[in-house]
Amino acid sequence: MPRTGSAWTDEQAEQIIGNLLRIGVSIAAVVVSLGGLIYLFRHGAALPQYQVFRGEPADLRTVSGIVTDVLSFRARGLIQLGLLLLIATPVARVAFSVFAFARQRDRTYVVVTLIVLSILIFSLAGGRL
Amino acid sequence: MSIWEFTLFVGAGSALAGFLGALTGLDGGVVITPLLTLALGVDIRYAIGASLVSVIATSSGAAAAYVKEGFSNIRVGMFLEIATTAGALAGAALATRVSTAALATIFGIVLLYSAYLSAWPPRPRPGDDRPDRLATLLKMNGTYPTATGLATYHVRAVPAGFILMFVAGTLSGLLGIGSGAVKVIAMDRAMRMPFKVSTTTSNFMIGVTAAASAGVYLGRGYIDPGLAMPVMLGVFAGSWLGARVLVTAKTQVLRWVFGGVVAVLAMEMIYHGLTGRL
Repeated sequence: MPRTGSAWTDEQAEQIIGNLLRIGVSIAAVVVSLGGLIYLFRHGAALPQYQVFRGEPADLRTVSGIVTDVLSFRARGLIQLGLLLLIATPVARVAFSVFAFARQRDRTYVVVTLIVLSILIFSLAGGRL
Repeated sequence: MSIWEFTLFVGAGSALAGFLGALTGLDGGVVITPLLTLALGVDIRYAIGASLVSVIATSSGAAAAYVKEGFSNIRVGMFLEIATTAGALAGAALATRVSTAALATIFGIVLLYSAYLSAWPPRPRPGDDRPDRLATLLKMNGTYPTATGLATYHVRAVPAGFILMFVAGTLSGLLGIGSGAVKVIAMDRAMRMPFKVSTTTSNFMIGVTAAASAGVYLGRGYIDPGLAMPVMLGVFAGSWLGARVLVTAKTQVLRWVFGGVVAVLAMEMIYHGLTGRL
């Protein structure tokens, strides 16, 4: 890997991680709020049904299904997109850490972080054990 | 009760939980699941899915602040996340095989332990000064800001901490909680890290742990947008507010009150679980 600029110090990497987390959570909160308002205005008068567990419909379980829902402007799909962004925030943080440790030439922690990232991606891909 | 009323009620309750959680240092999301199941009759699997999502929101929000202050030990956090995420996957897999009655009972027992920790938190004490070979090899020893400038500390007992973290991850994946209490015990008691470093690093890890099980929960249809929306926004707003009054408020009385409430909820969960009414 060509050396681009100087390696980050721990402090600089920590600043960037702090900002990354803050931005991710804020965007997720805005999307969830927006979807929530549309959901309430469209379905607010109906009755909530959470006593019996049915599980979510297939479109709210996968990334592609959620995207399809958002494109057809469905409120529950939009909330689910916000929740997906929220789940993706720590994943993005870990992905960034791989990059940060690589710039510090810290091989041990590049490997450690890659293991964590693989477990997270396995889970998001609907991991079954 | 219409969806409007339900959403406002759940949002207000979650905000209060997040607020008290931030004030007392106890994982506020821990009371969401009992509130939803006991007060509103929500199926425990929906409740766990919603609570899990709120855990990511509060952890990431708080971690952003702590990381910048230089308290969290990112290397320790990242290394132990191998254990917590693997544990979280195992816990999430286990959750689909365990009956709801058993889930409620286990939840109640973990809740009782949280209540105990809330009322009698581990005392802050200076870190141990002897270096440990494995911790040194993994570059885990660090510094943190104190009143008199940066203080150095050495990390110990990495394998014991790793095993405890796997347990913390499993509980997190099984019950949709942050397991902050178990994580702090692992770092503070076993690995002998300074208390402030343990709590902030634990907070830093909670989001990643919860994300690991949230992926599985989402894929299984446990995360309902209509329910998760007020829970996530409520807890997030409440803990944001709570973190800002933390400096001035007297927290000891609050800890006892909150610990008491959690203990009562824990007993209710165990009772309902054992009598099979959930």
